[in-house]
Amino acid sequence: MAENNTSLFYEFKKGLWQDIPPFRLVLGTCPTLAVTNSVINGIAMGLATLFVLLGANIIISALRKYIASQVRIAAYVVIIALLVTVADMFLAAKFPPISKSLGPYVPLIIVNCIILGRAEAFAQKNPVVPSIMDALGIGIGFTLSLATMGFIRELLGFGSVLNIKLLGEWFEPWIVMILPAGAFLVYGGLVALVNYISSRKTPGTETL
Amino acid sequence: MKLIMIFISASLINNFVLTYFLGICPFLGVSNKTENALNMGLATTFVMTLTAAATWPIYNYLLVRYNIPFLEYVAFIIIIAALVQFVEMYIRKSSPALYRALGIYLPLITTNCAVLGLALFMVMREYNYLEAIVFGFATGVGFTLAMLMMSGIREELEFADIPKHFQGISITLIVAGMMALAFMGFAGLIRG
Repeated sequence: MAENNTSLFYEFKKGLWQDIPPFRLVLGTCPTLAVTNSVINGIAMGLATLFVLLGANIIISALRKYIASQVRIAAYVVIIALLVTVADMFLAAKFPPISKSLGPYVPLIIVNCIILGRAEAFAQKNPVVPSIMDALGIGIGFTLSLATMGFIRELLGFGSVLNIKLLGEWFEPWIVMILPAGAFLVYGGLVALVNYISSRKTPGTETL
Repeated sequence: MKLIMIFISASLINNFVLTYFLGICPFLGVSNKTENALNMGLATTFVMTLTAAATWPIYNYLLVRYNIPFLEYVAFIIIIAALVQFVEMYIRKSSPALYRALGIYLPLITTNCAVLGLALFMVMREYNYLEAIVFGFATGVGFTLAMLMMSGIREELEFADIPKHFQGISITLIVAGMMALAFMGFAGLIRG
């Protein structure tokens, strides 16, 4: 029983660092780059993705014995597309400004490789509870990554965080940070940082 | 004239990869060899043109007419998945070598955000049928162009002395950032 609990916790924990999606798996790069010009957009995108990922993992792992493997990708994509439609309508109804600023990137969650990737790599082989833990871990890791990207870009690009001015008048905003180029540069820098930090730890000791 | 504008805009100024961040997965994944990049670009261009040609009538004559546009995401993704399946079957028969080279990335065109993004932008901007097809083709050309340039740079990078932690994805992203800066220069092309 104890062993079972540790492995459930492990499924959750691995998404937060060991398999953190944008930096380690290099999945879900499109939203990581596109919607992280402010913290709030990054968090909203992360939570929407978390919802879809959770729903998709639950449904797919529950149905894993009934979906024929030849048509599984098509079936997964339809399930994901339906969940995304729900998320999109929810955002449009409850948070119109956020929905507007995320624009086409909400429907594009359908083709976020993280979701199909987790369905393929995890949910189709595992029961429902570990799949939920897996989705929560990866989803929260993804949200944190987007928030970090958003934090750096908003701070350097506008001098503010969550629309609160943090840096004074002396600060000259780095316009490049809110432009597409800045997204690539910050992302590249963060990947290098994650590589650096993990190379200093001896591999394998922090897990299990 | 408008068609030329759409072509220039979609292929250079608003390059999907470098300004909308669509199609980043293959952009990072398959751009290590020029040959693979070119093949992937061509396959994607083909799928994109077909996607534009197929989704436009379905959206306008089916979804709008029967007042069910909320099904657009599901409808689009099914059309794209079907098209990719056909292209895959065709390539497997006609060129097994190319099929092996593209490997896993061929089915991944389905989840290439650029293809779905193209369909969504096409609906949002309310193009007519001809414009939509030109837009689809131009987007593919822009994607191929970005892939080719990236693969050229990466082949050179193999010989460069890159700091250890920046190797791999990291340096590729930074190079992409510089390419995005360079592509901003095209913005002046269309204001005239």
